[in-house]
Amino acid sequence: MPSLGADMDAGTVVEWRIAPGDHVARGDIVAVVSTEKADLDMEAFADGIVEELLVPEGVEVAVGTPLVRLAGSAPSPPSAPSPPSAPAPPAAAAPPRREPAPRVTSPLVRHLAVERHVDLGGVQGTGPGGSITRGDIERVSHASAPPAPPEDRGRIRASPLARSRARRRGLDLRGVPGTGPGGAVVEADLASAAATPATAGPAPGTTSPTGRRADAVRRSVGQLMARSAREVPHYYLASTIDLQPALDWLAGQNQDRPVAERVLPAALLARAVVVACAAHPLVNGHWVDGAFRPSEVVDLGVAVRLRGGGVVSPVVADAGQLSVPELMARLRQVVERARSGRLLASEMAGPTMTITNLGDRGADSVLGVISPPQVALVGFGRIAERPWVVDGEVVARSVVTASLAADHRVSDGQDGSAFLAAVERSLARPDDL
Amino acid sequence: MERTEAYEVIAGALASVAPEVDLGRIDPGEELAFEADLDSMDFLHVVEAVSAAIGRDIPESDYRKVGTLDSFVDYVVGATTG
Repeated sequence: MPSLGADMDAGTVVEWRIAPGDHVARGDIVAVVSTEKADLDMEAFADGIVEELLVPEGVEVAVGTPLVRLAGSAPSPPSAPSPPSAPAPPAAAAPPRREPAPRVTSPLVRHLAVERHVDLGGVQGTGPGGSITRGDIERVSHASAPPAPPEDRGRIRASPLARSRARRRGLDLRGVPGTGPGGAVVEADLASAAATPATAGPAPGTTSPTGRRADAVRRSVGQLMARSAREVPHYYLASTIDLQPALDWLAGQNQDRPVAERVLPAALLARAVVVACAAHPLVNGHWVDGAFRPSEVVDLGVAVRLRGGGVVSPVVADAGQLSVPELMARLRQVVERARSGRLLASEMAGPTMTITNLGDRGADSVLGVISPPQVALVGFGRIAERPWVVDGEVVARSVVTASLAADHRVSDGQDGSAFLAAVERSLARPDDL
Repeated sequence: MERTEAYEVIAGALASVAPEVDLGRIDPGEELAFEADLDSMDFLHVVEAVSAAIGRDIPESDYRKVGTLDSFVDYVVGATTG
């Protein structure tokens, strides 16, 4: 069981995708692993023939527990976390090795099937890839309960307006029957819902696994942030950067490219950060056992905002090797996977530094909290037009505020300033990016 | 393309990035990205999907013409007519 996050102790294989006798190549998806935060597709670390699956589905095991024995590999099965510098194989999911049982990727759906005495083998799956959803179980068991929202890895279907209203009023969306498309909760439904504060929801022990996961994510993030605040002496720096030259250059580039290859400013900003890390190693690495371990490569964590709340930070491994278009493609990939809950386990392996971008409607700057054992967090606020002085004249320019939160045990203000200056210099010469 | 078909195309593209959004409740005269809570990555995805449906790329220089649901529909109708 690999470690898929700094605070992960244990995980559960919710579905095996291989069976004894199958040929497995490095990079093939072998299992779906559930952690507190997410369900992740786990890839094989080695080639071989599957001898034995050592852990059954549905059983939580500690990180480090051997999961699979492969013939043709070393006696101890590959269970160590993938080292940050190992090149992550591209996400090539192998075709199923055997005709899979009806795909149930969620413990919640499985649990419901057991509760309703439904044989999964007889259920027609209507979810992505033919997977069985909660709705399928409900349908088959002729439930008289109101249609449940489609199984969505913890996400309640609701309009953004309903979501923000519910949050403001302290309403628990789980308790509100939805009349929107697909049972989504819309604003009108909130008006008729009792003003039950979210904290007075279902009694403890009866919270649905969906709600449990959302709570677990929040708790886990909260714990990590609290630990960070306790242990990491943060210092903060910010710099406002004239992004006009970079944006103009980007517009020119995108004009000649098909939509699918269009590059967003976010990719340029990420590239500038990665390039700056090369000459400023004190922001890229880990604090372990009382010392700083710089990293030779930049495994870039990218904070991704999830629809309906929450943030997950998948990792673009060895980001320094990627050109701007390649980095853009990788960013699109991890964002899409993060939002659809299909991240690969290798995409959650430890970042050496993280970038957080508030997006187009965020605040001007973000002064964030470092996730240990990392030693820095780079933030970008929204790109906005501001008055700027060029050649003694005030003109309108698109600017962005880049910020650095860094660990004062490793670097100081001078180091941090030099790093931000390097980011700024890179963005002033986008052609060299 | 008629308006209804154009609307369906845009709705489909939107549903692929924002499945929980109820288009019926979106103000078609307000900024679509704000109404549907889309970031630049989402918006690019929508543009890509609609471009594929209408058979030609919507250039970045036309983004200001597709800012609201209404104007987006107008644009698609215009782009697929004549």
